[in-house]
Amino acid sequence: MIRSDAPILLEIRDLHARVEDQPILRGVNLTLRAGEIHAVMGRNGSGKSTLSKVLAGHPAYTVTSGSVLYRGADLLALEPEQRARIGLFLGFQYPVEIPGVSNLEFLRVATNARRQEQGLEELDTFAFDDLVQERLRVVQMDPAFLERSVNQGFSGGEKKRNEILQMALLEPLVAILDETDSGLDIDALRIVAGGVNQLAGPDTSTLLITHYQRLLDAIVPDFVHVMAAGRILRTGGKDLALELEERGYDWVDAELAQPLAGAEVG
Amino acid sequence: MTAMGTPVAVASSDPWSQALLSSLAPAAGPLEAVQRRGRAGLTHQAMPSRRAEAWRFTDTAVIQAIAPQLLQPAPEALPACGEGVWRLRLDGGEEALADQAWPAGLTPLPGPDLELALGQTLADTGGREHWPVLLNKATAPRVLALRVRGEVAPTLELVSEAGAGPGVLPVRVLLLLEEQARLTVLQVHRSGGANLTSVVVEARLGRGAHLSHGVLAQGHPEAALLAHLAVVQHPDSNFDQVSTAAGWGLVRVEPRVLQSEGSAATSLLGLQAVRGQQLADTHSQVRFGGPDGTLEQGHRAIADGAGRSVFNGAVQVPQAAQRTNASQLSRNLLLSDRARIDTKPELEIVADDVRCAHGATVSRLQQDELFYLQSRGIGVDQAARLLLRGFCAEVLAALPAAAAPWQPLEHLLDQEETGDPEGTGDQEETGR
Repeated sequence: MIRSDAPILLEIRDLHARVEDQPILRGVNLTLRAGEIHAVMGRNGSGKSTLSKVLAGHPAYTVTSGSVLYRGADLLALEPEQRARIGLFLGFQYPVEIPGVSNLEFLRVATNARRQEQGLEELDTFAFDDLVQERLRVVQMDPAFLERSVNQGFSGGEKKRNEILQMALLEPLVAILDETDSGLDIDALRIVAGGVNQLAGPDTSTLLITHYQRLLDAIVPDFVHVMAAGRILRTGGKDLALELEERGYDWVDAELAQPLAGAEVG
Repeated sequence: MTAMGTPVAVASSDPWSQALLSSLAPAAGPLEAVQRRGRAGLTHQAMPSRRAEAWRFTDTAVIQAIAPQLLQPAPEALPACGEGVWRLRLDGGEEALADQAWPAGLTPLPGPDLELALGQTLADTGGREHWPVLLNKATAPRVLALRVRGEVAPTLELVSEAGAGPGVLPVRVLLLLEEQARLTVLQVHRSGGANLTSVVVEARLGRGAHLSHGVLAQGHPEAALLAHLAVVQHPDSNFDQVSTAAGWGLVRVEPRVLQSEGSAATSLLGLQAVRGQQLADTHSQVRFGGPDGTLEQGHRAIADGAGRSVFNGAVQVPQAAQRTNASQLSRNLLLSDRARIDTKPELEIVADDVRCAHGATVSRLQQDELFYLQSRGIGVDQAARLLLRGFCAEVLAALPAAAAPWQPLEHLLDQEETGDPEGTGDQEETGR
């Protein structure tokens, strides 16, 4: 849903970042307003996943220049946990397994960290249990997974459902979903996409990072961005994704071969 | 009668042991003969030094700083014990073990039987002349010796509370499990000051017997614990041990198990945590005296500060022990640059048809796990604590239920700094 007067939630300006000595992001510009769903597409190595990790504050990446404003405030100055508490969520491409840590307890601690930031009362185990049972329905997840260690022994699809369950509990304002569709069969994709659609609202914004059109059949984006060589090469509507599906990415190479526009830095 | 308390100047002893010997009252009581042998042993054998291979990493300085005398027990309040638990204090805080009304299935061993049985398991497992054992023999005034028949319903909780006083607290236990007997034991050793708890436990498991043995050792930075455990298993018996130790200046745990004819099942789970200048050392030894035995061994350690953790796991599979199935895994968490981990499997395999898997890992807190938790709003300190809890959970969950009132997890984590979760550090894996 595009409303030009909707508040800006996330504003990425000329963002450059590297991992070790390797520059990955080379001038990303992107603005997310409330109510919008954006998709970032591109080949492997184009910088899509790096963008998501930099936004979430992964310590392996260093921002070398540019800025990210979250509701007008400097996001990059915050620790990863603080970013999460104020409403930024990263759905992991590869959710991490944490042996010995109960999924239920993990979810409760995370939810309470967010609630505390929102000025809401912390939930005790009973109140949280009620909440989590309700939110499980968003992703049609078996409650048995609450009793296991975080993501341990979960199938690929179960891990992704667990990610969306976390999103449902944390109620982020900006959700970045990194290849949430990878490793999902059609049924799981439908369930996960259904969960994301339920959670997307007029006050939130979603950034989908994906290779494939099929996710965008289920979650219809307002904007599609094509990323290559660490920047956004082209932006369009949902038709751009269809065009990519049809034409592939070869034209991207052709476009990259052109002399760079004046705005490009470094 | 000669008073063994007279200091004996023998060059091969050491000043601390000599001072201890000279502080002791003459050998007396039910263990008089044992005391004599132990004291004679100590006059000929010095406290182990790092020149001995088995003590190469284990400095006994903590022991030498402890007053060489017997500890005067000062009963401390203990947490209320759980349901289905039968508690006994072995620290001399309560007298007259013989007067107890024992739960069904437990009978104190009468004198003549005791004389025959005591020390037999130590001899079978090769520990009779071992210094920590001699120290215990020299000092222990009594032994809890029980015959176990049938299934014993309550968990037998054996507590030694050294408190804050100075000196040596000896604890000795002998358990004879008859055929098909079943018993769960939880041993709790606590200390709150500069003292040494010396433990020797012998257990013999008859055919089909099952002993679950939990050890919960909660120490103090100036305290030492030397815990020697000798077990002989007859065929079809099960021995499960879960041992956790944290907070000790020096703790050395030495389970030695002999499957006399093989065909038995042994499980050893251990968890030890060190910080500051603490040292925790587990030296285990499992020997298969016949075919078809199994061993499942998992050892975990957390080393923070300038702490040091040592694990040496000997597994002996002689020619007769065909079709032995053994696995051993040592997992170590290194939380600081100054901490140290030494871990070593020691497999002696002569039989050819065996499965012996072993492996060891040493790592920091995993950065990807930390980041995942942080990305959900969990602060780095709390995230580190959650990961530490996760690391301990598997071992703690295997402790007898009776352990709960002692708050094993809280004790372990209170001992831990949350470390410096910078970087993922080195990780290595061997031969699994």
